[in-house]
Amino acid sequence: MAKLNVNPTRMELRLLKNRLRTAVRGHKLLKDKSDEMIRRFMLYVKENRRLREEVEVELKAAMKSFMLARAVSSDDALEEAVSMPGTRAMLKASSKSEMSVEVPVFDVSIVGDEKYPYSFASVTGELDGSIASLSELIPKLLKLAEVEKTCNLLADEIEKNRRRVNALEYVMIPQLEETIKYITMKLDENERGATTRLMKVKAMLEQQKENGQ
Amino acid sequence: MREGLIAVVGDKDSVLAFKAVGVDVYAVSDEVEAANTVHALARTYSVIFVTEQVALWADAYIKRYRSRPYPVIVPIPAADGGTGLGMKLIKENIEKAIGADIFVDKEEK
Repeated sequence: MAKLNVNPTRMELRLLKNRLRTAVRGHKLLKDKSDEMIRRFMLYVKENRRLREEVEVELKAAMKSFMLARAVSSDDALEEAVSMPGTRAMLKASSKSEMSVEVPVFDVSIVGDEKYPYSFASVTGELDGSIASLSELIPKLLKLAEVEKTCNLLADEIEKNRRRVNALEYVMIPQLEETIKYITMKLDENERGATTRLMKVKAMLEQQKENGQ
Repeated sequence: MREGLIAVVGDKDSVLAFKAVGVDVYAVSDEVEAANTVHALARTYSVIFVTEQVALWADAYIKRYRSRPYPVIVPIPAADGGTGLGMKLIKENIEKAIGADIFVDKEEK
């Protein structure tokens, strides 16, 4: 692992040690964050799968009965029947923070109470059933939308977070450790050099003294 | 906070039913139309349900909004039956987050 390109001085060593401390701490925090995000993601994903399975089955059934209604009555009559809906699905869309990821939250309300805004004479009963099950399905569909988006965003964030953790674990921290080791060794070497020089000088001085006497 | 509006985009057979329950409905019939509609709706609607066919057609736009909180674009099966696209997307998410699909066993059982 390559060491950083720095001067082997005490000041640099101190700075690097501080950086290493921060990096180790950050690594631990990010790793904890990643664990917790994965735990929550699993909960959401399970719900997502369950909801999607349910919604797909129910939606297919509702659409099937709508197709039947379509087959029985004429296109014009059917379009006329659904063209002026008596209810309206209203949505309050806000967002909350899930592990510091911005995720959507919906609050559904159905306004209007006229469920079947058409004359029962012009269309068949299948349409009633289809519309009834569809309007019951709307809150579930929105729940699905909410959960699916949350899963999406969490998955993105988990991936990003994993990159950060890996960068710290396999690049930053080894690099810093290597550099700190290099500087310490260099400083120790200098110190030993200084000691031997002193000893040498002392020996030379004593030699001179002896010669002079 | 944005205004909560719901739209459904898909072929006429599939989306007409939604009109009756008070959701805005947009019928599209080809790739260009689908992409343009999704693109235009993404600004105003917070939730857009698209049929799986439309999801394939407008894939480029849908991908663009995937990493943002709004709009939420959700694929739903069309009247002629689903292709399992929704489940495929869930699987992709799991693989992205964990590295492997850990639900494989459950499905095989």
